Amino acid sequence: MGQKKLSERAIEWGASAVAHASILIIALIFLFLFAEGYKIFAYDDPLHIFFGTDWQPTSQNPRYEMLALIVGSLVVTLGAMLIAIPLGVGCAIYLSEIAPPHLAEILKPIIEILAGIPSVVLGFFALVVLAPLISLAFGVPSGLTALNGALILAVMILPTIETISEDALRAVPKGFREASFAMGATHWETIRHVAVPAAMPGITVAILLGFGRAIGETMVVLMATGNASIMPTGLLDPVRAMTSTIASEMGEVAQGSAHYFALFMVGCILFAISFAVNLAASMIVKRGQNS
Amino acid sequence: MIHSRDVNLWYGRKQVLFDVTLDILANCTTSLIGPSGCGKTSFLRCINRMNDIIHSCRVSGEIRVGGIEVYSPKTDVVMLRKKVGMVFQVPNPFPKSIYENVAYGPMIHGKNDRRKLDAVVERSLREAALWDEVKDDLQKSAMELSGGQKQRLCIARALSIEPEVLLMDEPCSALDPIATAKIEDLINKLKEKYTVVIVTHNIQQAARISDYTAYFYLGKIIEFGKTSEMFEKPKEKSTEMYLTGRFG
Ligand SMILES: Nc1ncnc2c1ncn2[C@@H]1O[C@H](COP(=O)(O)OP(=O)(O)OP(=O)(O)O)[C@@H](O)[C@H]1O
Ligand SMILES: [Mg+2]
Repeated sequence: MGQKKLSERAIEWGASAVAHASILIIALIFLFLFAEGYKIFAYDDPLHIFFGTDWQPTSQNPRYEMLALIVGSLVVTLGAMLIAIPLGVGCAIYLSEIAPPHLAEILKPIIEILAGIPSVVLGFFALVVLAPLISLAFGVPSGLTALNGALILAVMILPTIETISEDALRAVPKGFREASFAMGATHWETIRHVAVPAAMPGITVAILLGFGRAIGETMVVLMATGNASIMPTGLLDPVRAMTSTIASEMGEVAQGSAHYFALFMVGCILFAISFAVNLAASMIVKRGQNS
Repeated sequence: MIHSRDVNLWYGRKQVLFDVTLDILANCTTSLIGPSGCGKTSFLRCINRMNDIIHSCRVSGEIRVGGIEVYSPKTDVVMLRKKVGMVFQVPNPFPKSIYENVAYGPMIHGKNDRRKLDAVVERSLREAALWDEVKDDLQKSAMELSGGQKQRLCIARALSIEPEVLLMDEPCSALDPIATAKIEDLINKLKEKYTVVIVTHNIQQAARISDYTAYFYLGKIIEFGKTSEMFEKPKEKSTEMYLTGRFG
C-alpha cells in the first residue's frame, strides 16, 4: 500500500486516542467506585452484604445488607420490561408493517414526545395519579408499590424499545418479504416468520437498552415505589431500588463512614449490571455487522 | 397455461403496459426480452399478483393461469401464489438455515410432519440441483452460500410447494458464467414438470433455453413466437434491431 497522507494519519491517531480515552475513563470510574466500595468488607463479610436483606445503615446497630435493594431494583425493572416489551415491540410491528404510512407519520412523533418527558414529571404523575388508582383497584393502603414503579418505568422505556425495534424492522430487506408473499404467505405469516426473526438481533438490542435505562433510572422509582427497604414479596409491596437508595442517602452520609462505603458498593453493583447489559447489546450489534 | 388478454398497467398515472395479449404454453420455457424499462418485470409480476403490494399500481384486462381468473375479485391470492412460484433478480434467501428456507412454504401451508418436510426439502433441493452440494449440512445458514447456490436455493424454495408455473426475473443477472450455466441447465430440466417464464437481458440465454420468446418494447408486445424462428427471421424491424444489438 502507498504511504498514507500525514493528515490522514493524524485523524486516525486522534480517533484512536479518543476511543482509548473513553475506555480509560470507564475503567477509572469503576476503579474509583470500587476503591471506596470494597472498604465495606471491613465491616461485614461479602456473603452477608450481598445476600442479607437487612439494610439499616443509620440504626444503633447498623446493617449494610443489600439483597432487598437489588431485588427491589430487579422487581421494578422486570415488571416494567414485562409491560414494555410486548407494547413496544407490538407498536414497532404495527408502525413498520401494518399501519398505512400517513398514520405512522402521526403516531411516530407522539412516541417521540413520550421519550422527551422529563422523568421527574413521570414520577410526579405516578405519585399523584397512578398510586391512588392502584390503591383503589387492589385495595392496598398505599399505591406506592413496585407495581406503580413498574408501570411508570414501562412508559418511560417504551419509546426506547419501540424506536430501536422499529428501525430494525424497517431495515429488513424488502426481498425477504417479497419472497415470502410470493410463496403464498399471508401478511401476518410474513411478519411472524420472516420480518420479526430477521429483525430479532435489533429487537434484542432494543430490549437490552430498555433494561439498561430502566435499572439505571432514579427519579421515577424514588417517587413511585414507596422507598421501603424491605424484601418485597410481590408487586404490591413497596420497594426501594439501588438507584433511589444512593440518591436519597448520599447527601447526608458522613464521608469515610461505613454507610458511605456501602453506598459505593451499591454503585458498583449497578455499574456492573448496566455495563454487562450494554456490552451484550454492543456484541449483538457487532455480530450483526459481521454476517 | 397462461393466457393474458389486453392487460394494461399503471403506476399512478403513468401507463407502463399497453394491451398485452399473450398465450404461454404449458411445459415450455418462454422468455420475455426487451430493452430496460419496457415493462417485462411489471408483466411478470401481474401473473402472480405481486403488484398488489405496490400501492400505486393498477391493472386492467384479464389473465388466466390454468383455471384461475387471476384478477377476479373472488380469486384467493394465496391459492394463486401456491400455483405460481417466483424467483427474483437478486437471490433473496431468508436469513435462516438451508432447511428452513426450503421448508418455509410447506410449513406455512400447514405441513408440519417432520418426515414429510424432510422429503420435500430433499426433493426440492434435488430438483434445483443443489442437493449434492448441501446435503451434509442442511442446518448451515443460507447466508453462507455462494451467489449461485443462493439462487438455486431460492429456486428450491419456490419448487417446495409444487407450483405449476415458475416465474423468473433475470435469475442469472447477479451470477458469474459458471453459475449461470448451472441455472440454465436446471431450467432446461425444469420445463419437463413446470411452465417457466423467464425475463432475461441476455439474448443468447433466451436462445439457449427458451421455446418461445416475447419481445417487449415500450410496454407493448412487438413480436411473439417460437424462439428459433424469431431469432432466425424476426418479422419486425424493431425486433431485429434489438436482437442484433443495435439498441437496447
Ligand atoms: N414500483 C414502481 N413505481 C413506479 N413506477 C415503476 C415501478 N416499477 C416500475 N416502474 C416503471 O415502470 C416501467 C417498467 O418497469 P419494469 O420494471 O417493468 O421494466 P423492465 O422491463 O423489467 O426493465 P429492466 O429490464 O430494467 O428490469 C419503468 O419505466 C419503471 O420506471
Ligand atoms: Mg426488470
